[in-house]
Amino acid sequence: MTIHTFKPDLPPPTISIGALGWLRANLFSSWINTLLTLVGLYLLWLIVPPVLEWAIFKADWTGETRADCSREGACWVFIQTRFGQFMYGFYPTELRWRVDAAAWLAIIGAAPLFLRQMPHKLRYGLGYLLVYPLLAYWLLHGGFLGLQTVPTSQWGGLMLTVVIAAVGIAGALPLGILLALGRRSDMPAIRVLCVTFIEFWRGVPLITVLFMSSVMLPLFLPEGMSLDKLLRAMLMVVFFEAAYIAEVVRGGLQAIPKGQYEAAAAMGLGYWRSTLLVILPQALKLVIPGIVNTFIALFKDTSLVIIIGLFDFLNSIKRATADPAWLGMSTEGYVFAALVYWMFCFGMSRYSMRLERKLDTGHKH
Amino acid sequence: MIRVKSTLAALGAASLLGISGLAQAGATLDAVQKKGFVQCGISDGLPGFSYADAKGQYLGIDVDVCRAVAAAVFGDASKVKYSPLTAKERFTALQSGEVDMLSRNTTWTSSRDAAMGLNFTGVTYYDGQGFLVNKELGVKSAKELDGATVCIQAGTTTELNLSDYFRANNLKYTPITYDTSDESAKSLESGRCDVLTSDQSQLYAQRIKLAKPDDYVVLPEVISKEPLGPAVRQGDEEWFDIVRWTLFAMLNAEELGITSANVEEKAKSTKNPDVARLLGVEGEYGKDLKLPKDWAVQIVKQVGNYGEIFDRNVGAGSELKIERGLNALWNNGGVQYAPPVR
Repeated sequence: MTIHTFKPDLPPPTISIGALGWLRANLFSSWINTLLTLVGLYLLWLIVPPVLEWAIFKADWTGETRADCSREGACWVFIQTRFGQFMYGFYPTELRWRVDAAAWLAIIGAAPLFLRQMPHKLRYGLGYLLVYPLLAYWLLHGGFLGLQTVPTSQWGGLMLTVVIAAVGIAGALPLGILLALGRRSDMPAIRVLCVTFIEFWRGVPLITVLFMSSVMLPLFLPEGMSLDKLLRAMLMVVFFEAAYIAEVVRGGLQAIPKGQYEAAAAMGLGYWRSTLLVILPQALKLVIPGIVNTFIALFKDTSLVIIIGLFDFLNSIKRATADPAWLGMSTEGYVFAALVYWMFCFGMSRYSMRLERKLDTGHKH
Repeated sequence: MIRVKSTLAALGAASLLGISGLAQAGATLDAVQKKGFVQCGISDGLPGFSYADAKGQYLGIDVDVCRAVAAAVFGDASKVKYSPLTAKERFTALQSGEVDMLSRNTTWTSSRDAAMGLNFTGVTYYDGQGFLVNKELGVKSAKELDGATVCIQAGTTTELNLSDYFRANNLKYTPITYDTSDESAKSLESGRCDVLTSDQSQLYAQRIKLAKPDDYVVLPEVISKEPLGPAVRQGDEEWFDIVRWTLFAMLNAEELGITSANVEEKAKSTKNPDVARLLGVEGEYGKDLKLPKDWAVQIVKQVGNYGEIFDRNVGAGSELKIERGLNALWNNGGVQYAPPVR
């Protein structure tokens, strides 16, 4: 009796595996794809080498003044000499450690929230949200407990951008959730109030709001009373973004099946407990992409404070380009700005994806 | 729409009236002395006029005017706090009392002077709209610009002046408007337009931005009058006089040959009665202005005379290298003229 032995498997044809196979499947699968690939490659060849040449190979990296730049490529010396100003604005050099300290505290303080095994996470988180803003205000602004006052007119650069964005996010999220709940409330007074608020702030462009806060508001305030310019801007950003968050959250609330509300009621939970324990956790999870989307937009919108003469990151760069010693450096400045903004926004977007995966409890189809 | 506009206008007028009613003679000086510094509105970045260097120090002609006022009032030019203002914010900031004076390359016009609740104290820089062209074009005069593509840096009146000038001279042109000076400079460089128009003081800054500045030339024609000067709130004559005479003191100092280097020596040893009066050696002219006796000495010592300020910020001693032109003293071919201290 002969034992039947299978012939060994033949390897797949070389044309369908490895790099070659991938190329064939993805880039040259039909004549139209081949054409598109070739056109794409041609465009890359047109764009990438000159950009690399400008940004890296022909760029000037070291020096002190404009004269040290050959002007054939980018002059990164400009960014280098102004780096401190781009990060901290006119915050006094010898006090910049306070900004650093506030940033490190934010990172270290928030770190335990990312640990899986951390007990009492909710309590810690709430405590952090209450304590940190006071601490940050004390460090950044000072004026009590032995720290010298640094008026907000000296704040600037990336620090100011982050401060406005952080305050905007921290303020707009809770306010937005409340507004969303209010808009779905059964009580007419609250509903009308919330709808009016949301529709008003959504109906006007942020740039107009900022402009009004800076140009019209001071005329209506009584003589001698002046609200800090930064405070005005931050309030406007919070109100404006809260209206958007409210609509995003409302989308989540509407996506929760009626059964969930009824089940919560059947368990004997009142409005607040059913909202906090049953509805909101599900609704917020659903709208993470929308919320993060709003936050990314907010982060970039902070650059609109340029219209009211606050020197955020972008405006600090713009101001530096007006220095006669560094005229003509705007391209370098704006490329640098784009890079930094992109890093922040990309970071937020990756974090939101991670959050979505972590909180995913299997409702996805 | 018309109703909305008139309501807004009325609202604006009412608020202006309210504010100017509040500004009483002497109030500003008292307030400034009480808080210990001059709050000065400057631009958010204009080469040569107000900009910040790498150390975060504000510099420029407009900034020096602020410093001179502080030197006159306090004897210390560093007692200034700056508020960088955008073009749209500037008048509100002054009207609402957010700043004590505005030194922000603002053109003195009748409507601003009369209807905005503010007063211009003088002219720190006689500017005017001009043209920057590539030498290759072979144009010697703006009158040869028929059919040109003109890059306009959007300004409050730039476009109007341009259209007036070309219409008056029966020339055709295609305008391209840009919001920032960087864009328009790049556009001129890449040949998208033949000529760039903006205030002359800015054209020199624009020229530096180009890769080959020497290939470009500023045409001689000046098509508009743009006298730039500091402004204060209406209704406080005392403060108005202080800001006005600070500028006059700098002009007189230049005329009398007093510089930051020799001012102290001149104050001690002068025989010239004009110098003696200006520097407070003779008479009580500072007191009339409610300023210390040595107010002009402090201005010149700490900030400089007008010529020095011009030179180091926009003139030969700066990157911009703008010629004095109209801004030379009256006895030197220009129109800068100050009444005497007497």
